[in-house]
Amino acid sequence: MAAIEILDLEKTYRIGFWHSRPKLALRALRLTIEQGEVFGFLGPNGAGKTTTLKLLMGLVPPTAGTARILGMEIDDPRVKAQIGFLPEQPYFYDHLTARELLTYYAQLSGVPAKERSARVAAMLERVGLVESAGMQLRKYSKGMLQRVGLAQAILHNPKVVFLDEPMSGLDPMGRREVRELIQQLRSEGKTVFFSTHILSDAEALCDRVAVIHHGELQGVGAVAELTPQSQGKVEIIFCATSVPSALISSRIEARVSGDMVNALIQQEEQEAVLEILRRERIRLISLTPVRCSLEEYYVEKLRPKESGKGAGA
Amino acid sequence: MSSRIAFVAFNTFREAVRDRVLYNLIAFALLISAAAILVGEISIDVERLVVINLGLTAVSLFGVVIAIFIGIGLVSKEIDKKTLYTVLSRPVRRWEFVVGKFFGLTGTLVVNTFFMAIGVFLALLYVARHFEKADLPVLAALYFIVLEFLVVCALALFFSSFSTPIMSALFTFALFAVGSLSDELRGFARMATGLKGALMTVCAYVVPNFSAFNIINQAAHGDGVSGRLIFYNTLYALLYSTIAISGAVLIFQRRNLK
Repeated sequence: MAAIEILDLEKTYRIGFWHSRPKLALRALRLTIEQGEVFGFLGPNGAGKTTTLKLLMGLVPPTAGTARILGMEIDDPRVKAQIGFLPEQPYFYDHLTARELLTYYAQLSGVPAKERSARVAAMLERVGLVESAGMQLRKYSKGMLQRVGLAQAILHNPKVVFLDEPMSGLDPMGRREVRELIQQLRSEGKTVFFSTHILSDAEALCDRVAVIHHGELQGVGAVAELTPQSQGKVEIIFCATSVPSALISSRIEARVSGDMVNALIQQEEQEAVLEILRRERIRLISLTPVRCSLEEYYVEKLRPKESGKGAGA
Repeated sequence: MSSRIAFVAFNTFREAVRDRVLYNLIAFALLISAAAILVGEISIDVERLVVINLGLTAVSLFGVVIAIFIGIGLVSKEIDKKTLYTVLSRPVRRWEFVVGKFFGLTGTLVVNTFFMAIGVFLALLYVARHFEKADLPVLAALYFIVLEFLVVCALALFFSSFSTPIMSALFTFALFAVGSLSDELRGFARMATGLKGALMTVCAYVVPNFSAFNIINQAAHGDGVSGRLIFYNTLYALLYSTIAISGAVLIFQRRNLK
């Protein structure tokens, strides 16, 4: 059974005073995410990422299509007990303290009364908010609110976690903590579906990614599948303080940094270069086929559509 | 009652109690009661009448203001601030959320009315030096004021389920003002004939009959209140609130949360 099955889910908003003008936010989206997968949903602002998440959460009704989470229709109330959701730039009841807020959410999620306080304490510990657990949320910084958001999303031990731009607005330390948390969730066997436009995060974390633009799916697959080897180049790193003279005649783009040389060579020259390094007794550090980056793939997918008509957020 | 409704209601109550505006209104209502005492002292032989009239009117007006101004934001504020997202992505149905919000606000108003009522009775004790049997209708008047709050809360919630807070406040206040004159409205309807008469009759009966809940003058004169009136007013308030809340639920159920 798939964790998430999105079956031609579509959303058109009606805008204007009389709600007469249609505005396409999402065009017949079809996606399947397997259990235990970390899935990245990529796209620029206004691409349809948040609309997709809102549809999956039942916050907006679809115009057409449906979706299933863990085999249950998204309007089945039982689904909600199995999912966790962190909205983009979350805002919480700021009259509550973090402990009160998490307790409230634990109550709504059906966490048994006996387990509630222990579960809340464990979550506060996990996101590093024990010290400020008794402070009203109106006094929290953006990073702290994001941590509260993450805590509330996983508080009830959901099987599928949806995160909308979880790294948005965080400092490097905060981003690292979120990345670690997603990796922990993966190791616990949970399915994580997160939207982002920070490609390095997606590249580092995701088993698969999908790119969406103007409400339309542009591509989906494992990062390695989507980023084929680029122009037959190989990156070679070896120990040397300068580029050996035997290599200078080769078509090599080299950069010397301390006692290391980082060079890009054509794949067909790989054997010849290795032979030179062996002959000169130079220590090889690594040899890696150069792949097109996710960013290049992303930019390529978005480029033809730039002049097209926009979709909603 | 579903436990989720109770949790939403308690959170709504807690939010209102932690809101400083609410504390100010209670303090202001108590101040009005103190003013009533002063008026009572300068009036001759009508201290009791003045204190009950002023006190209960203050309780009613301050409660209605709280009901309208908190009621209109119950749903719209949650949508605007997106606090609703993390609630509705849990096993909470939309109707449970709306009903929980309603109970939370009415609970707040009951507690608020309780404290204001203490103020009224203390003022009464101060001017009359003792309680008497003729003071009992004051309790009935307070009960009717709470019923009035139920209907105002339900209306505010109904309007806020599809309209902006300002428009919701306007609609609710307008209905409260017209409903407070519903006896006169029904009188006009009886006098009108033909299509105009029919339309006015429909309007007169659709508009909530707030004048039925106003027995402040009767209570001030110590006139008894019949059990029949208590029963019918209770039934009317429950029915009207249920219809308004059902309308709010129906609209909110289909609403896109942008």
